[in-house]
Amino acid sequence: MARKLLLEKIGIEGIRYYDAYRKSGGYASVEKVLKTMSPDDVTNEVKKSGLRGRGGAGFPTGMKWGFLAKPQGVPRYLICNADESEPGTFKDRYLMEHIPHLLIEGLIVSSYAVGSNCTYIYIRGEFGWIVDILEQAIAEAKNNGWLGKNILGSGFDCEIYVHPGAGAYICGEETALLESLEGKRGNPRIKPPFPALKGLYDCPTVVNNVETLSAVVPIINYGSEEYAKIGIGKSAGTKLISACGNISKPGVYEIEMNISVEEFIYSDEYCGGIANGRRLKACVPGGSSVPILPANLLLKTAKGETRMMTYESLSDGGFITGSMLGSGGFIVYDEDQCIVRNTYSFSRFYRHESCGQCSPCREGTGWMKKILWNIETGKGKIKDIDLLFSIQSKIEGNTICPFGDAASWPVAAAIRHFRDEFEWHVTNAEEAQRRNYGLAGYAEPLKVAAS
Amino acid sequence: MVMNKFSEQRLKEIDNVISRFPDGKQKSALLPVLHMAQEDFGGWLSVETMDYVASLLNILPIEVYEVATFYSMYNLKPVGKYVFEVCQTGPCMTRGSESIIQYIEEKLGIKAGETTSDGLFTLKTVECLAACGYAPMMQMGKSYKEHLTKEKVDSIIEECRNHAAKNN
Ligand SMILES: Cc1cc2nc3c(=O)[nH]c(=O)nc-3n(C[C@H](O)[C@H](O)[C@H](O)COP(=O)(O)O)c2cc1C
Ligand code: SF4
Ligand code: FES
Repeated sequence: MARKLLLEKIGIEGIRYYDAYRKSGGYASVEKVLKTMSPDDVTNEVKKSGLRGRGGAGFPTGMKWGFLAKPQGVPRYLICNADESEPGTFKDRYLMEHIPHLLIEGLIVSSYAVGSNCTYIYIRGEFGWIVDILEQAIAEAKNNGWLGKNILGSGFDCEIYVHPGAGAYICGEETALLESLEGKRGNPRIKPPFPALKGLYDCPTVVNNVETLSAVVPIINYGSEEYAKIGIGKSAGTKLISACGNISKPGVYEIEMNISVEEFIYSDEYCGGIANGRRLKACVPGGSSVPILPANLLLKTAKGETRMMTYESLSDGGFITGSMLGSGGFIVYDEDQCIVRNTYSFSRFYRHESCGQCSPCREGTGWMKKILWNIETGKGKIKDIDLLFSIQSKIEGNTICPFGDAASWPVAAAIRHFRDEFEWHVTNAEEAQRRNYGLAGYAEPLKVAAS
Repeated sequence: MVMNKFSEQRLKEIDNVISRFPDGKQKSALLPVLHMAQEDFGGWLSVETMDYVASLLNILPIEVYEVATFYSMYNLKPVGKYVFEVCQTGPCMTRGSESIIQYIEEKLGIKAGETTSDGLFTLKTVECLAACGYAPMMQMGKSYKEHLTKEKVDSIIEECRNHAAKNN
């Protein structure tokens, strides 16, 4: 069994509540940092651990904390990003629902490190019942002296508040989140200035994902060296993967970042293989925004090496033959799935969620959705496929926020790897209404170019 | 028509939310207060309700309209007593969300986006709700209904009808 750091205690009865959590060693990291470490010590520990942001971009967490401006007399804010809206991703929800005190503990330690006396958890509004769970955990923590004024006599004050959004994927983008937290529409801000300089109410702000902030607890408890030893190279520690689609056992799994993609999909410890004895066709390994890969490129890199569940290995080959670990939203497609329909569904999602500020994103997402619908319903032309590719290439890189890229990449990758299937929809329009293209050659071993 | 007003209890809750933010930043409370308004005043936000919220937070009505029209959880027209919000995004689609939506449409005799003539049910299609591993699924009020099957849909509808009959 792989080492668990975040889900270590998940099986303990009553772990959702304070008593069981505390009895099993909870809040030890708060005692440790408040009694024996300075804020900079904590930041250094996180730097040395190699922890990278678990929200999708994988930016080194300690380094981000180090960038925070610290002008005298100006409050600083830590914001926990619990917006979790990237299709395929449902891991933060799992942590908050089952072991909320782990997040609260991580938030107190991280707030101390960055000097935030007032920390907000921005949570997607649909998670109404999780708001209640978190509110209760915060109240319990406060009643037991872990929050409030002068915590453990250290002189450090901290309050944590839960703040629900109201249904908008874009509010997961950190500057849109800040706008939303200020009570406005979730329109991303032009960067720079970055939140580290001007964030919430123009004050220096750090935004981190739920899983990132929870991981700070084992880093403090076991030490950065222990943590950095897990995984491979710059993919340090454990990662939560939310696995879904056509697998036998959808769910949230904590992996050490040193296993192969094949093991993750087929072993009984994790996904348990493809459901109903079907064959693997494709996978989106890191949430809807990352490139989709056909089975052959998913299990092996273009160089013929085993593809591993790490940031580096999943992106090996760049966007031509690779993908990304992203948020860990692992979506698996079996041989019966239609790539055109799936790409259409993602485009509809991005069309719906675009904030509308930039014309390439606002117009481009709608146009892509329309063309994909035409192809899917037998009204497409071959030149539409090229048009699609051209539209996505004009959105990417030409927008205020990375949402534009996120909307483009899935379309680009689908056409790049599954062009036959798109063409088949056009040339066999009638047949395509009756059946799916199937596995075709997408699982066949690729010829590895001689090096 | 009588103007909607929050109860004393609610007004205290609202003060509490406002107190979480620095002085002068009471606008930050807008999203939570709109949620409360929608819950208390019939499941949707009328212009009167939005104006009322604006006056409570001491901001302009337009600031409330801007926000209410941006976020998908706010209903700007009346909805049924029970709102089924079925996820239709890719991962749910791979697990049969399309046939669940079709089944509900047939069973209730409405299309997505519509409300039954008895005012009991509204069906909406929504995008990913972070429950992809428990698909197909839908949101109903504050809870998620997951691993949906036709039988499960039948029993949810039945429960709603019974609940409505008891509460009338
Ligand atoms: C369109 C878009 C949506 C995003 N959604 C989320 C989200 O739901 N949750 C999240 O933690 N980060 C999300 N991010 C990333 C955040 O902007 C930010 O990088 C992240 O919260 C930083 O935390 P981390 O360093 O701990 O990963 C999103 C980014 C973009 C561009
Ligand atoms: S890229 Fe899209 S989502 Fe991002 S700011 Fe522009 S329009 Fe809004
Ligand atoms: S796709 Fe339906 S909950 Fe994520």
